[in-house]
Amino acid sequence: MAVQKPEELSKVVYTFPSTPWMDTPVEIKKGIFCWGNKEKSLKAVGFPNPRQWSVTDEDWKLPDNWKEIFIEGLRERVDKYRSFRLFLDICVRCGACADKCHFYIGGGDPKNMPVLRAELLRSIYRKYCTTSGKIMGKVAGARELTTSVIKELWYYAYQCTECRRCSLFCPYGIDTAEITILIRELVNLLGLNIEWIAGPVANCWKTGNHMGLLPHTIIDIVSEFKEAIYQVTGLKVDLSYNRKGAEILFVHPSGEYFDPNGNVTFMGYMMLFHEIGLDVTLSTYSSEGGNFGFFTSNEMAKRLHSKIYAEAKRLKVKWILGGECGHMWRVWHQYHNTWFGPVDYLEEPVSPITGTKFENAKSNKIVHITEFTADLIRHGKLNLDPKRNDKYVVTFHDSCNTSRAMGLFEEPRYIIKNVCNNFYEMPPQTIRENTFCCGSGSGLNASENMELRLRGALPRGNAVRHVRDKFGVNTLANICQIDRATLQTLVDYWAKGVAVRGVHELVGNALVMKGEKERTTDLRGDPLPGKEGE
Amino acid sequence: MPYLEFEGQQYETDEDGYLVDWQSWKEGMAEVMAKEDGLTLTSEHWEIIRFLREYFMKFQIAPMIKILVKEIGKAMGPEKGNTKYLYELFPAGPAKQACRYAGLPKPTGCV
Repeated sequence: MAVQKPEELSKVVYTFPSTPWMDTPVEIKKGIFCWGNKEKSLKAVGFPNPRQWSVTDEDWKLPDNWKEIFIEGLRERVDKYRSFRLFLDICVRCGACADKCHFYIGGGDPKNMPVLRAELLRSIYRKYCTTSGKIMGKVAGARELTTSVIKELWYYAYQCTECRRCSLFCPYGIDTAEITILIRELVNLLGLNIEWIAGPVANCWKTGNHMGLLPHTIIDIVSEFKEAIYQVTGLKVDLSYNRKGAEILFVHPSGEYFDPNGNVTFMGYMMLFHEIGLDVTLSTYSSEGGNFGFFTSNEMAKRLHSKIYAEAKRLKVKWILGGECGHMWRVWHQYHNTWFGPVDYLEEPVSPITGTKFENAKSNKIVHITEFTADLIRHGKLNLDPKRNDKYVVTFHDSCNTSRAMGLFEEPRYIIKNVCNNFYEMPPQTIRENTFCCGSGSGLNASENMELRLRGALPRGNAVRHVRDKFGVNTLANICQIDRATLQTLVDYWAKGVAVRGVHELVGNALVMKGEKERTTDLRGDPLPGKEGE
Repeated sequence: MPYLEFEGQQYETDEDGYLVDWQSWKEGMAEVMAKEDGLTLTSEHWEIIRFLREYFMKFQIAPMIKILVKEIGKAMGPEKGNTKYLYELFPAGPAKQACRYAGLPKPTGCV
């Protein structure tokens, strides 16, 4: 799809339409929306209203009683989730969140101001769930639910990456992402999703991962990684799958089996596990760390999430280690215990190498790979040669879910500073809890919505360009597979000359392994600094 | 519903022109799709399209680029076993364009 040049796209128009927002009907634009879900993807998981439909058609083929379904669904959720009712009730529309959203900053559509995006649903809530709204209507900020409103809700719920940057600035602490999550859940009751989410959900339900990789496919891919590691190190590194009685189950995003950046991150894990002799196994059944169900509905998120613990139980492991994935951490740490409560068949995670007890993972028994690796480095258990990464001048992109949602600020930075000699931070208002989203999260990493993604990546791209020009940064490290898969395109557009890398790729490069041959290349087969002539 | 017109019949595709049922693919379809993109398929293109089909039949997914590059290098010589060569043949990207010609669905998820 032809997209404007950066200098054009960055001229964002922030003027408001002449009509009030309620009287400004939704205009669905190409390049902004993702294709609608396929019939077969909804059927695969038994979701409502599977049918052939197209976003560009006038008729979205809603069920006859669509209005009743939506309003009942809304009432049910307002009763069920006190937080949701609170968030709908207490907003004073101060607008502190308005200019914090990357989509509003880069796109200028007023309905992408988080306050107004939420108001799209609030107005319906007022009309059908509050007395003032029922009686006073528009005066009380209420409006009628129409098919045009349904389209508007769908359109804007899939223009929010649930990154929660807006929530950080809300004086009332309203979690606007939770409102998006519930709008998506409600439109899903009518069979309205996007295929880029519905497809992976169906795949994950059927095969255990978003990509639909079958067990023998995974094994075949891993044999490629083994070969590549052998080429670089001269070492035969093995990895076990579905092995009962292993101490640890490792779960990571399946995109790492496919995406070139993810491939090399995965090789970094393999080398690390080999080097420290970790008693770890992976699963072909629970082969997905991510959870696109979480971008669909709570129920679907639970269904996909439960497979990981079922597998941990079946394999009789002691605890779970998670790879470089973003939203996996939000699901695991912010939802798991509410959904299922603490599990009693796993043990409190203890690093078998350092003896460190991961107190923070006491209840749900999972540790993030950067917590694990940072701990190894802290205890001097790894022999590292950061010079091997000397061609990289690195900055770190905090993924929204691991940073803002989870507080994993220090561990990845600690690792990077130990495996690389050149590290520079982006400006403080764009990192850590203030981080700007990649613009493609929460299942919006499709290709048909490229204009939206590029617009959403403008703030992040701007910060990357700043450190590129000021410090010569040429590498954007991160710990999320959506980032690794999508940021390269976005950075190529906004800050050319910067490469996207997983943190464990940098670890794999720097890791001096017992018995390895003298390395001449990095994990991508490119010459190491000083070995260019060899 | 978008579709591909081929030899008087309609075949369902997705919005990006990927065939919905990979088993309904016929060789001539690749030529039709290439023509629309202004490409003429050579034996080099076909080498790749055939490999993609064979891989898919075995693994139910298109190969990741690493495997594709390696296999092409094996079949056609090491000087052709690189991403640059694949992009020369398929300017819109081997993963996207070549898979479409081969009648295979595009991979989804965190990719």
